[in-house]
Amino acid sequence: MDKLLLLGDEALAQGALDAGLSGAYGYPGTPSTEIFEYVQHSKEAAQRNVHRTWSANEKTAMEEALGMSYSGKRTLVTMKHVGLNVAADPFVNSGITGTNGGLVVAVADDPSMHSSQNEQDSRHYGKFALVPVFEPSNQQEAYNMPFDAFALSEKYKTPVVIRLVTRLSHSRAGIFRTNQLKENEIKLPENPNQFVLLPAFARENYNNLIEKQKILEKESENSKYNEYYDGKDKSLGILACGLGYNYVKENHVEAECEYPILKICQYPLPRKMITKMIDECDEVLIVEDGMPVVEEWLRGYLDNSLNIKGRMDGTLPRVGELNPAKLRTALGLEPYPIKEVPVIVKGRPPQLCKGCPHRDSYAALNEAMKQYGPGHVFGDIGCYTLGFLAPFHAINSCVDMGASISMAVGAADAGLFPAIAVIGDSTFGHSGMTPLLDAVNSKANIVAFILDNGTVAMTGMQISAVTGKIEEICTGVGVEKEHIRVINPLKTHHEENMKIIQEEIDYNGVSVIIPRRPCIHIAAKLRKQK
Amino acid sequence: MKKDIILAGVGGQGILSIATIIGYAVVQSDLNLKQAEVHGMSQRGGAVESHLRISDKEIHSDLVPHGRSDMIISLEPMESLRYFPYLKHNGWLITNITPFVNIPNYPEMEHLLKEIRGHKNSIAIDGDAIAKEIGSPRSMNMVILGAAAPFLEIPFEMLENSIRTVFGRKGEDIVKKNLDALSRGRDFAEKHIQK
Repeated sequence: MDKLLLLGDEALAQGALDAGLSGAYGYPGTPSTEIFEYVQHSKEAAQRNVHRTWSANEKTAMEEALGMSYSGKRTLVTMKHVGLNVAADPFVNSGITGTNGGLVVAVADDPSMHSSQNEQDSRHYGKFALVPVFEPSNQQEAYNMPFDAFALSEKYKTPVVIRLVTRLSHSRAGIFRTNQLKENEIKLPENPNQFVLLPAFARENYNNLIEKQKILEKESENSKYNEYYDGKDKSLGILACGLGYNYVKENHVEAECEYPILKICQYPLPRKMITKMIDECDEVLIVEDGMPVVEEWLRGYLDNSLNIKGRMDGTLPRVGELNPAKLRTALGLEPYPIKEVPVIVKGRPPQLCKGCPHRDSYAALNEAMKQYGPGHVFGDIGCYTLGFLAPFHAINSCVDMGASISMAVGAADAGLFPAIAVIGDSTFGHSGMTPLLDAVNSKANIVAFILDNGTVAMTGMQISAVTGKIEEICTGVGVEKEHIRVINPLKTHHEENMKIIQEEIDYNGVSVIIPRRPCIHIAAKLRKQK
Repeated sequence: MKKDIILAGVGGQGILSIATIIGYAVVQSDLNLKQAEVHGMSQRGGAVESHLRISDKEIHSDLVPHGRSDMIISLEPMESLRYFPYLKHNGWLITNITPFVNIPNYPEMEHLLKEIRGHKNSIAIDGDAIAKEIGSPRSMNMVILGAAAPFLEIPFEMLENSIRTVFGRKGEDIVKKNLDALSRGRDFAEKHIQK
């Protein structure tokens, strides 16, 4: 059989397609983006007409997927870890409704925050919603897991999370494809009230969900992804989750590991396997890439019964991505000799591209804001967040998708003048429209810049949901037409743009300024199309 | 056979193409491969790295362990030094010497060269100049890959075949220029080793 060279993200997507996927839903976000894009660009997906259009945000994606599951078909939702916060409402409740067709929620976490605001661990969400979590340790498992996840989802009527981390999402390896399953036909839920979470039904469903946990735990005990490898030396047991397992093995390439290793890649935790390790080993080292989730569960609040080592006692660092060297130290092995980085090497942070329209937008904004001093500009999530860095130093916040507008509203309410929001077109479509409605309703004195480069640039030029619709959306939520100003962010328009910005700062009410120029990465393509 | 490689450069310089060419060659053989790369924010003109691991045995970690890399292949001189903590003491440092200056405090070139040449096994090659000579400035990355070829333990023809496959849809001229770039890089490195 053919070997495919795939990223962890792509392997998961190929697995889902081969396991009978009928629809993928998602919103781009590093490191999850390539899961969805793989389905989008797949010839097979096109032939089968698998749904593969980006959603406006993770919440709508999750709900759309739940609708497809309701209809009996297999569906995949993709997002980055913080996207699951946006989708948390439907996600947690999908645990209670349960599923009909198989529903897999693929979430990519970002330990070390390579491209994120935090390193939250989606396994917490799995436990919170009482749904099973798969955590592949390699690309082949990322391919195989959708088969088992769909099967588990349909057998027990539960959504299933597949949790990836950056290092697997964006690492390539050869994988083998297995059999290919047919898609499901439309089939409505047997119980017509299953998806009706009125309190009477919700209570019943919730009891069932709690009851289900015992069976799901049993599934974990028998899972091929959880494995106990015996070792002679019982002074230490190693409980390794997901990628953590690889880093343990990497340090034992020359000689077999003398300690027992419990590899865990399916949750809820397999209680018997863990009990065995705790019983037969003097100490247990817990290795997990992300937050000390399992470690916290096993330690318990009082942390006084077991002999556990891990991230919480400093055996491994409390924060950041794991790597082989960190494990080497934790295992008490001699570190390899290391050459230091020469002191002349300087940091090279990312920056806005040459010719990027955001550069001209920030140049104009900065000049207009000079007279008011620093601290007035609320930023958002996207390439333009780089406006924080030199030479612009243009924004004072970056919290979550859409927060620029809402925070500007709150600051304006507090009396800050001027209160400026800077948000990109796609982020505006994701979560900026509702706070703009708040702004209009409370007559907040803000200026919202919607930087329209016509694409989702940061994650790799995906289609933006609001392209061609921004002015209409703004008038639709009630922004006055004469205070929706479109400007051309170019040096040659600098004076004119400054003047417009000043006029809108002076206007007491909601203003929207739309600097519109295509991202340089799509500009050439657009010219060709014309 | 086991090769642990760090690919280094600045976002947009083409380290992922090097990874693709080597990756394709490896997958055609019976060897295993893992290749971790950087996507997202850091690609915008920042320092980027890719970890490439090739082995005839199972590969566990997607990351090359610190102190275990057999070589650093870098498209930029300062970036070549950033990953020293990964390099074995007798590992090879193969780097382009045309600087990519997009920060105000970029170090003096002579200091960089001193550090590069101070490493026992190093090849410092002006990939940009060679790529321009052959009329294909964008093939700088293939010049550097060529300079690394003698140390890869992958038959040179397999790298050439990879280039034919990966660049094939871009036309015969692009393929030819990249093959030329690869050979020029290799020739430079081989001369250097003989010295």
